[in-house]
Amino acid sequence: MRRIGLALPAGYLVALVIVAITLVPMLYVILGGFRTSAQINVSPTGLPHPWVWHNYQAILTSGAFWQNLGNSALIAVVVTGLAVGLGSMASFALARYHFPGRDAWYLLFAVGLLFPANVASLPVYLLDKQVGLLDNWLGVALPEAAFSLPFTIIILRPFMRAVPGELEDAATVDGAGRVTFFLRILIPLSRPALLTVSVLAFVTSWNSFLLPLLVFTTPSHFTLPLGVATFQSTYSQDTASVFAFTALSMLPALAFFLLAQRRIVSGLSGLSGSMTG
Amino acid sequence: MLLGPALLLFAGFVLLPICIAAYYGLFNWSGYGSLSDFTGLHNYRLVIDDPVFRESLLHNVIIGVLSLVIQLPISIAVALLLNRKLRGGSFLRTAVFAPYVVSQATTAVLWLLLLEPGGSVDQLMKAVGLGGLVQQWLANPTIVLYTMFAVLTWQFIGFGVILLLAGLQGIPPELRDAAGIDGASAWQTTRRIVLPLLSPTIRIWIFLSMIGSLQVFDLVWIMTLGGPADASSTMVTYMIFFGFHSLEFGYGSAAAVILFIISFVFAFLYQRFALRRDTAGALTRAVR
Repeated sequence: MRRIGLALPAGYLVALVIVAITLVPMLYVILGGFRTSAQINVSPTGLPHPWVWHNYQAILTSGAFWQNLGNSALIAVVVTGLAVGLGSMASFALARYHFPGRDAWYLLFAVGLLFPANVASLPVYLLDKQVGLLDNWLGVALPEAAFSLPFTIIILRPFMRAVPGELEDAATVDGAGRVTFFLRILIPLSRPALLTVSVLAFVTSWNSFLLPLLVFTTPSHFTLPLGVATFQSTYSQDTASVFAFTALSMLPALAFFLLAQRRIVSGLSGLSGSMTG
Repeated sequence: MLLGPALLLFAGFVLLPICIAAYYGLFNWSGYGSLSDFTGLHNYRLVIDDPVFRESLLHNVIIGVLSLVIQLPISIAVALLLNRKLRGGSFLRTAVFAPYVVSQATTAVLWLLLLEPGGSVDQLMKAVGLGGLVQQWLANPTIVLYTMFAVLTWQFIGFGVILLLAGLQGIPPELRDAAGIDGASAWQTTRRIVLPLLSPTIRIWIFLSMIGSLQVFDLVWIMTLGGPADASSTMVTYMIFFGFHSLEFGYGSAAAVILFIISFVFAFLYQRFALRRDTAGALTRAVR
């Protein structure tokens, strides 16, 4: 590297500041969960002294947290399954078959990308109300899956299109039908893209707040984001518990992120690549 | 056949809701009983004429503009920094990106705890001699929108950095080296070669950021409910507050349709004129 001298130490200084700004607040909340409300009130910025475990213990043994976690997981898994299952079938058709109106159908899905889910929340709520899906996890999972279809199809279609036609011909010669070709050849070949869209759909659903807020009224149906917000407003006096609950609700996302970091990052850049294509 | 199930789901839960909302918007309707009180375009006109709605729209625009002039330059600078071979670079990338994967609801509660009057942010500022700048972060109507923007920046800066970093890594190092051999300074190389080649990625960031700015909700709802005195309201909090919580579903539907049109027109124009322009053969285009 040619640019040495002052540039490099300055770079590290900036890096240090960035890390402090992003990580310290999270760390602070995690540590706050190990204090008592009294400790936090006396000295907001202090360290746990002595360390107390009962905030975390109480939440981890109470059931509400696990219920929220379970609901979020159920919905996110169903959303991912539906979006990726139906999305890959649709991408297969849109990528490899010629039929009237194919480009128009594709455009329809692509346009869906321009329709922010939060903006649609109230109309979706009203639809759920009409068809009796209020306070029902399907009333959240189905719309979220539908809203995940655009990016799923936009990322998958070029991938499936790139698989050479000769491969399909060879499979046909060997007696494989369309379905066999799709399931046994195309799906395995599209694995990286499938993983990417799965992670995107899962994370989007996991973090969503507004639609569950409108649809769910029974606390035992709440998802984790809803649970955090509710816990904060219900127990706002018990600051230490709110710290602990918030910290615990961050951990699954952070752990998942550490495992799937490469997928998430390639998903985001893949999405942007597809949008310009 | 193969397309059918996806199409059905998409039509049922994306297209149908907006169509029925356009219809409900024509009625004065509390959500119960039949649609009998037909009021035509009255609701739509009320929404557009409501000063609170206009103020909310303005807040979305302010957030969008601030993102452009503050978040974008910071993201570019950090991405350029991380693109260099810094020791601990992958740890830094992870650290910068971490807030993005935490849900907005959790972020909101986290910052509620930190920004409490006399809380840790205030204490920290006093400790470093900035006590005079301490504000009522969430209760002061002139400050609250900027507090929201700061928290949004905290959460979303990593997203921009990762996106731009991917763009930077698509630029062949030979181009920089060649410029270096020709005697260009580091600044000149960045300004004349790297940034122009990064511009497709920058345009995508702008697009995603604008879509995001138009639908800000979770953070504001949990931290302030759009208050105090609507000082932090956004279009979506407006829709939820005056449509959902006031049981004015006809009115809320009209607001939803107007939001939809605003987002759609904006996104469509931007995609048509900014995103499609220069993509043929651009170096940063994803290779698949």
